[in-house]
Amino acid sequence: MNRQYPFDIDAAKAAITAHSQERGSLLPVLHAVQEAIGFIPADVVPLIADELNLSRAEIHGVISFYHFFRQHPAGKNVVQICRAEACQARGGEALAQHAETLLDCKFHATSSDGQFTLESVYCLGQCACGPNIMINDELHARVGADKLDRLIGAKRGTP
Amino acid sequence: MSTIIYVPRDSTAVALGAEQVVAAIRREAEARGEAVSIVRNGSRGMFWLEPMVEVATPEGRVAYGPVDAGDVAGLFDAGLLKGGTHALSQGLTDKIDFLKNQERLTFARVGITDPVSLSDYIAHEGYAGLQRTLTMDGAAIVKEMTDSGLRGRGGAAFPTGIKWNTVLNAPAAQKYVVCNADEGDSGTFSDRMIMECDPFVLIEGMTIAAVAVGATEGYIYVRSEYPHAIIALNEAIVAANAAGYLGSNILGSGKEFNLTVRKAAGAYICGEETAMLESLEGRRGLVRAKPPLPAIQGLFGQPTVINNVISLASVPIIMARGAAYYKGYGQGRSLGTLPFQLAGNVLHGGLVEKAFGLTLRALLNDFGRGTESGRPIRSVQVGGPLGPYLPDHLFDTPLDYEAFAAVGAMLGHGGVVVFDDTVDMAKQARYAMHFCAVESCGKCTPCRIGSTRGVEVIDKIIADDNRTQQVHLLRDLCDTMVNGSLCAMGSMTPYPVLSALNYFPEDFGPVTQAASAAI
Repeated sequence: MNRQYPFDIDAAKAAITAHSQERGSLLPVLHAVQEAIGFIPADVVPLIADELNLSRAEIHGVISFYHFFRQHPAGKNVVQICRAEACQARGGEALAQHAETLLDCKFHATSSDGQFTLESVYCLGQCACGPNIMINDELHARVGADKLDRLIGAKRGTP
Repeated sequence: MSTIIYVPRDSTAVALGAEQVVAAIRREAEARGEAVSIVRNGSRGMFWLEPMVEVATPEGRVAYGPVDAGDVAGLFDAGLLKGGTHALSQGLTDKIDFLKNQERLTFARVGITDPVSLSDYIAHEGYAGLQRTLTMDGAAIVKEMTDSGLRGRGGAAFPTGIKWNTVLNAPAAQKYVVCNADEGDSGTFSDRMIMECDPFVLIEGMTIAAVAVGATEGYIYVRSEYPHAIIALNEAIVAANAAGYLGSNILGSGKEFNLTVRKAAGAYICGEETAMLESLEGRRGLVRAKPPLPAIQGLFGQPTVINNVISLASVPIIMARGAAYYKGYGQGRSLGTLPFQLAGNVLHGGLVEKAFGLTLRALLNDFGRGTESGRPIRSVQVGGPLGPYLPDHLFDTPLDYEAFAAVGAMLGHGGVVVFDDTVDMAKQARYAMHFCAVESCGKCTPCRIGSTRGVEVIDKIIADDNRTQQVHLLRDLCDTMVNGSLCAMGSMTPYPVLSALNYFPEDFGPVTQAASAAI
């Protein structure tokens, strides 16, 4: 049977086999799958289970335990805003509220145009220069409302 | 001859525009026909000056900061390459008060060297500790650690020598050294700085631990939130392997140590050592009941040394200069130095390595220079999200494990988060419970359910719904969590909550003051 996947199944398989021989390999395998295709689809779980000789329930338990792993595709840009104490002390919560308005999207959700996924993060390790955010892999410190507007505007501008 | 210019690769500097500054310097130098060589050093930890550009001059390194890419042309006009004067001039880096008044042992090289240059590391006393270690037997190395007085810098402050000795004496065919680099506490960044700015010191510390106890495999468990640290560590491990400082025959000694970086996945609880072991073994990060101790049955059931980044990074200087040298710093049973991290609403935020014994107030005023907002400091949380909020009358407590414990506080990892007088302490108390609810591993009931109920009870207190009774209930709930939880997550979440209630009752509403006095 030929099944059409909304992701590259071969890339997922390659990511699994590349790390399956490491000791305690489940986290490295899940990281590799997510890096290859952006999330960990339900359809990939049985393949991992087969390769690592684990139950599907066990793998589901691990994926759902760790905040970093996603079971669904994210928006085109992932915006993570630090909600921890050091950033709170520097206006982090006001920035978080501004982000919800700006992106027209609640935390842990994706904007209706699919452009942005908004997430909380608990500490990016830049605690003397908050509020801090990460957009995809780029870290930004001392982010006020104006700077967020600029950064998001630049992402909207890209095709 | 080309002039050496330093621009940090530390993630804070990068987050504040260091890459754009580097590009601007290259462009400007080329346009002016000047020969410059740019070294991507670590950060000195004066974050209000980042990106901080330094220029090597015959008098020493001269600093400018905070530099924006738009400032670069003006800096060249002012004679940047000769250390010329400019509005952003900070003078000789080593003479800056914030830096000059520190006692940097663990952070001796941080900000000075190129983090991933092995030759630079060796030129600055790197691997002297390992060289000496290789001439000693395990018991002698462990004795040196015990004599140094080093206690775990991750928060629990357990003596490192005793831990290593347990692993040394545990018979096994395979032993491990695991570095807990899951620095998830808000207000802490010293682990991140070591990994990004001097990764070899951590690698050397782990190698010494491995030689001491007879371990041949090691893991560094690093948070996924620290991609720059993962990159720097992996670059340094490749260099150390290539030069024979890691691998199957370390410096021809016949000793073996192989080191792997393992990326975590965003679970705060995995900073707890047994949850971290579960995660390394490929499972959910559920806390294990102790005993058995990880030193006897740790990773994959084998004896395992588990230390935090700063503990392991403090090992090389102890081995290089001897236990007595390290022990010469500090006071009482808190010996050596701790890298304090000034964070939150603070004017001069950054990394301050000092011997134990300085008061919190001196740290806040002499180094931090008060709040960034210019308003009075109202409260300071020391030791991460599980540390109590301290009021002004406790700021004169010396930074020392025992002195802090005596006032019901904790030094933990040395993170200091400053809040000004606009802070709402009832909200901070609610946040502490909320954070525990989000991050609890769920294995024990007091933590899993207690934290959710805690949020609800605090909401009722704030809404003045049976406030007096709810305050009693909150204290009762905190008592259950403190005494009934399996690990520090559940048993210490009440610390910030109760400290807020006890020291700042006015934020919870008028009735609470009476309730607080009665209990």
